[in-house]
Amino acid sequence: MLKIENLRVEVNGKTLLHDVNLEVGRGYTNVLFGPNGAGKSALMRTIMGFSEYKVVEGRILFNGEDITHLPVDERARRGLGIMMQRPPNMSGIKLRDLVHTVAKGEKDPEDLAENLDMQRFLDRDVNVGFSGGEIKRSELLQLAAQNPNLYLLDEPESGVDLVSIGQVGTKISELLNREIECPGERCKKGKSALIITHTGQILDYVQADRGYILCNGTIMCSGNPLEMLEEIKKKGYEECVKCKLMK
Amino acid sequence: MQADEINLKKKAESAVGKKAAFGEDFELGEFGEASKISEPIENMKELDEESQRTLLQVGVLPSEEGRAGTLLMKDNAISHTSLKDKNIELMSTKKAMETHEWLKDYAWKLVAVDADKYTAKSYLEDADGYFIRAPAGKKTVFPVQTCLMLGSKKVSQTVHNIVVVEEEARLDIITGCTTQKGVEEGLHLGISEMYVKKGATLNFTMIHNWAENIGVRPRTVVRVEEGGTFVSNYICLKPVRSVQSYPTVRLEGKGAVARLSTIAIAHPGSELDLGSRAIFNAPGTRAELISRTITTGGRIIARGEMIGNAAGAKGHLECRGLVLSDKGSQRAIPILEANVADIELTHEAAVGKIAQDQVEYLMARGLTEDEAVGMIVRGFLDVGIKGIPEELRKEIEETITQTALGM
Ligand SMILES: Nc1ncnc2c1ncn2[C@@H]1O[C@H](COP(=O)(O)OP(=O)(O)O)[C@@H](O)[C@H]1O
Ligand SMILES: [Mg+2]
Repeated sequence: MLKIENLRVEVNGKTLLHDVNLEVGRGYTNVLFGPNGAGKSALMRTIMGFSEYKVVEGRILFNGEDITHLPVDERARRGLGIMMQRPPNMSGIKLRDLVHTVAKGEKDPEDLAENLDMQRFLDRDVNVGFSGGEIKRSELLQLAAQNPNLYLLDEPESGVDLVSIGQVGTKISELLNREIECPGERCKKGKSALIITHTGQILDYVQADRGYILCNGTIMCSGNPLEMLEEIKKKGYEECVKCKLMK
Repeated sequence: MQADEINLKKKAESAVGKKAAFGEDFELGEFGEASKISEPIENMKELDEESQRTLLQVGVLPSEEGRAGTLLMKDNAISHTSLKDKNIELMSTKKAMETHEWLKDYAWKLVAVDADKYTAKSYLEDADGYFIRAPAGKKTVFPVQTCLMLGSKKVSQTVHNIVVVEEEARLDIITGCTTQKGVEEGLHLGISEMYVKKGATLNFTMIHNWAENIGVRPRTVVRVEEGGTFVSNYICLKPVRSVQSYPTVRLEGKGAVARLSTIAIAHPGSELDLGSRAIFNAPGTRAELISRTITTGGRIIARGEMIGNAAGAKGHLECRGLVLSDKGSQRAIPILEANVADIELTHEAAVGKIAQDQVEYLMARGLTEDEAVGMIVRGFLDVGIKGIPEELRKEIEETITQTALGM
């Protein structure tokens, strides 16, 4: 579904990412680990196509199509959807109107908001004065309206209190497994996801297939996500950097 | 003629050549005098479709449904007056001057006849307009609608409105200013004097919808007494040659409140010099002046001024301008003045382009760039117009969307 090859990305002439190779198969949920400032969010925003991030080398393939230089909305139309870590304040734009527009009138914002406990926020300006957890739920609400095929989720659990983590985790799992009835169908009908996580808490709710570690702007290694999480918890990211240097 | 009148006449005559402080200077001699006689219109629904549409676009409903009363002034003649809500008064200013002896203490008492050549001309022409009065304690359910229409080419329309909202009364007014189809050039001079007495509320909405070559010079002063509230929404979204206005609210009584909002779009060739001013002359008075403007190629000057002369005054001024074209320009000029210690006046001004991260955020949800810009622009202007009648709001949002997409 998503394939990234030898990607190098610059912002204002400064290299943020280099030699990035990564893949997310159809129905797969892959996880991206990495310390603060590694470039995880930058990678996600590059995949979504935000224009600040200039791809100077390599390419991004989506369902076999080279989307490296497509504008954001074209990518959205092809099935990419993002939960941003820090979305902009959209003063004057009501969440209800946005959800309605994104759902193209096909779904009722009120219904979508209900199981995210977001009804009270429908008549507020998008993201303005939202708490950490409210931002996550608002992003999920918008994604639920958008119904993408590949979910790019940037730290879905950060800043979320324990109760809301359950809500957010359950919702994500629900969105990813929307149309499948048994695990065997996952790679045919399931949604794909790339999830950035620090704590790994989200892994209690979704079945992760593969993990990647991003440090200093590049992928250090990949493997079983739960094993990787254990390692990181024990030894931190220092070891990954050393390990990569030794290779 | 009384001494008072002779005096005013002298003053006005001395100001016939006096340029206004701001805005393009119009040569009044180039415009003919607008006719003071016109066919009376019995029923607004009998107007031709084109005229009805023109009225609708400025919030004036020919059906008069949901309106307390209607007054239509075409050129310099009042052509229609009707009143459903008998609690209030609505008539031409001239008729009101004949009816109410006391009105002479209100006319030309807030706006100076010699402020500039436009006020002078309006005085010397003995301009007519609308008079609306809500007697003490009367609260209207529906707004009164008035329309000032330029109906002939190359003339100058002079208008003099007086509004009196007495103690504890409440009044809503919608004034639509527009031109008849085919009238592309002309001048509109409009004097408005508004009195909001103790504990009263006046909610005033004005929609301007002119044509490419029209000059507009409104001159408005509002006086608010103790505990009174004045709310104003000014909306100007269509092309016009030049509008220059700087309504002033004088908060004269303890705890008086004013909230003025302006939303405007300057198209290529338009020059909008729009301001609002609050003068805090009594303790505990408050004001909020908000302006949200967009240029798609025209020039905008957004002025705002707050003068604090009494303790406990509190005011906030906000000017935000979006520049959607390299040909357009935005200028925000906020002025704050405190003349006693216990005063809190603040301002916030920002001009610039639409934030790219906002546009792309919406595009990431599948909106096209046009849709995203449209939504942001609508949201931007929306903030400026709280408390406006719902059906007007829809009309306005549609206009905004069309403009945003037409860029
Ligand atoms: N738009 C940008 N402009 C300049 N620097 C950026 C931008 N986005 C990210 N960076 C920088 O790139 C590095 C990686 O950031 P980010 O991707 O947010 O890290 P994280 O892995 O914590 O998500 C940081 O040093 C950050 O300051
Ligand atoms: Mg990040």
